[in-house]
Amino acid sequence: MAEAEPRGRAKEARDAGAARLAVRRTAKLYVGGAFPRSESGRSYPVTSAKGQHLANAAAASRKDARDAVVAARAAFGGWSGRTGYNRGQILYRIAEMMEGRHAQFVAEVVDADGVARNKAAALVSAAIDRWVYYAGWADKFSQVIGGSNAVSGPYLNLSSPEPTGVVAVIAPPQAPLFGLVSVVAPVIATGNTAVVVASERAPLPAVTLAEVLATSDLPGGVANILTGRLSEIAPHLATHADVNALDLAGAGDLAAGLEKDAAATLKRVLRPDPAGTDWTADPGLTRITPFLELKTVWHPVGV
Amino acid sequence: MSDEIFEYAPAPESRSVVSLRPSYQPYIGGELVPATSGESLTSVNPADEEPLAEVAVSGEEDVDRAVAAARRAFDTTWSAMPGAERGKYLFRIARILQERARELAVLETLDNGKPIRETRDLDLPLAAAHFFYHAGWADKLPHAGLGPDPRPIGVAAQVIPWNFPLLMLAWKVAPALATGNTVVLKPAETTPLTAMVFAEICQEAELPPGVVNIVPGAGPTGHTLVSHAGVDKVAFTGSTEVGRQIAATVAGTHKRLTLELGGKGANIVYDDAAIDQAVEGVVAGVFRNQGHVCCAGSRLLVQESVAEEFLPRLRERIERLRLGDPLDKNTDVGAINSAAQLGRIRDLAATGTAEGAEAWSPACELPERGHWFPPTVFTGVSQAHRIAREEIFGPVLSVLTFRTPDEAVAKANNTPYGLSAGVWTEKGARMLWTAERLRAGVVWSNTFNKLDPASPFGGYKESGYGREGGRHGLEAYLG
Repeated sequence: MAEAEPRGRAKEARDAGAARLAVRRTAKLYVGGAFPRSESGRSYPVTSAKGQHLANAAAASRKDARDAVVAARAAFGGWSGRTGYNRGQILYRIAEMMEGRHAQFVAEVVDADGVARNKAAALVSAAIDRWVYYAGWADKFSQVIGGSNAVSGPYLNLSSPEPTGVVAVIAPPQAPLFGLVSVVAPVIATGNTAVVVASERAPLPAVTLAEVLATSDLPGGVANILTGRLSEIAPHLATHADVNALDLAGAGDLAAGLEKDAAATLKRVLRPDPAGTDWTADPGLTRITPFLELKTVWHPVGV
Repeated sequence: MSDEIFEYAPAPESRSVVSLRPSYQPYIGGELVPATSGESLTSVNPADEEPLAEVAVSGEEDVDRAVAAARRAFDTTWSAMPGAERGKYLFRIARILQERARELAVLETLDNGKPIRETRDLDLPLAAAHFFYHAGWADKLPHAGLGPDPRPIGVAAQVIPWNFPLLMLAWKVAPALATGNTVVLKPAETTPLTAMVFAEICQEAELPPGVVNIVPGAGPTGHTLVSHAGVDKVAFTGSTEVGRQIAATVAGTHKRLTLELGGKGANIVYDDAAIDQAVEGVVAGVFRNQGHVCCAGSRLLVQESVAEEFLPRLRERIERLRLGDPLDKNTDVGAINSAAQLGRIRDLAATGTAEGAEAWSPACELPERGHWFPPTVFTGVSQAHRIAREEIFGPVLSVLTFRTPDEAVAKANNTPYGLSAGVWTEKGARMLWTAERLRAGVVWSNTFNKLDPASPFGGYKESGYGREGGRHGLEAYLG
């Protein structure tokens, strides 16, 4: 087969006078801390906002989704058992590693969204800052949400929030990096583990984020990132009995059907905002509390 | 031992304080109005199968009218009323509940079959306490930690179960009203009567018409209500199966949903537990209210090294339970709420024996009339047995043993439910270690089945979502 005309950024690189053939990246999934190809052997072409071919991304199958849930479940005990302080350190480390790849993320956001370079740079900076923001929440949310309850009797009565478990996250397609970080960070900051379906249209920033996560002290399996066809992957996550919650931020027209699927196992569901989400707004606890349970412990007081 | 115990003379509570009407109608827009459905159901005393009253079944038109009345009240009066004023109505209701406590306790016992000792000492005081607690929130909502300007959601559809008819009403209605929402409530098919008296209490408190509406009926009425387009919020307490259906019904709508569903609570007794207290707690945990409690401790996990000491003392205590006339002030275990529920308990208990577990019940005579099931303890139970997995919702305890704390936690968590759990140990560090690992919304340590309006209640996993009570319970009613 004849060598195809270089496209996208590879073409830019050659036009810029590079004398060598660019080494292309094969975009893979991120599951259990490893980077497997799709078990199905399939991939799909990813194009830039202007229609140029950028890469082929792995098209995750039902089996890949199930493997990701297994990895997320395996990681849950260890991750939720860490101190909030330690999780905060690791989230901050993710921000550090992203900062080091700032230029790469900017180039990918330019390709994915077709936005100007300075706008893309602002989005990447905002995504990094969001990790820092949630790093700070990791050891504070339980003080804000929990507390002691004044029951009428001789009892100590304490309520404290706990992570709900494995959360399936449908990342918003229109904000492939900033939106992705905005939905993943709050889920794992509190000790949940995540199976994330990246933007189908623009998965490459998610693939790069996976590479960042893999080098950030984040234990394998805490965040798993799937690329592929949303309509194919998402229903398997919504019906999976070992998924505890569903963030439908990027589910679009599929949201109602997925919520109905989730009802069979009584998953916690965060619906997409019908008015659309302003990712730049201060999120506060809005994406934290939906993925927490509240445990109340009673103990008698006496001598 | 038992021959040394003298018989108690009957000490029945008088039912003269209750004046039953022959029939009851839906409460809509502040009035008791004839149902358009033309159908009715008969509420029966489960202790003697005597009919108590006819209660109209609310049809689609009735639900329509109730939702419209609630919407009108929400828009025109209730949501705009200063919180302090709303709170005063709740205080009034709390006081009337206290003033009519004896009448309501007797009526609840007649309609539900639970002992008067429990309706008098638990259900009624707690129901009043829920209105008192929430009354005080009505003018303090900006301090609830849910944002500076929390807003009510609108019309709340509330469907409650038959195990604590008035208490569940209080759990649902008090927070909804305190937060400025209006309510359409469907009481359970077999226990609607105290809700119908509550309608009178709303009138007596001069609650603005339409703020509370009550539409008695069975499953179809509930379905009509929760799927009604005019409803903004659905709150349901009941079975996990119906909870799933409701979650599917509201999927894709704007309706907010909270669910309090089934449970299969584990009571973990460690080898260093105070045995007598633990026995008391295990008995209260599963036999109170005939086991018709979603947070019942229906699985006993006892450490193997003390099982031989613990189980005889448990049996001895159970032999002291008095089963019989729920209106008798000495009765511990009353009647099973309905023939259908009795059938379910019998079927599940039969699978316990069929699957190889060993059943034990104290020698107690069951009354000839009414629905009765003796306190029952199954030993030799494995985790695979249906009686260890499925909610029985009756006075049936399954006993399993464990050797290590890790095994206790693993067994306790080995269920799709996650509502309640108990831990019995004198060692604080062990208690906290265990409580931390239990996947349940309420963990009682060295006590069981304690409830309080200030304490959030609700489940993990398939026991539902959302919390009721405390500051956290307000969240379900504020947008």
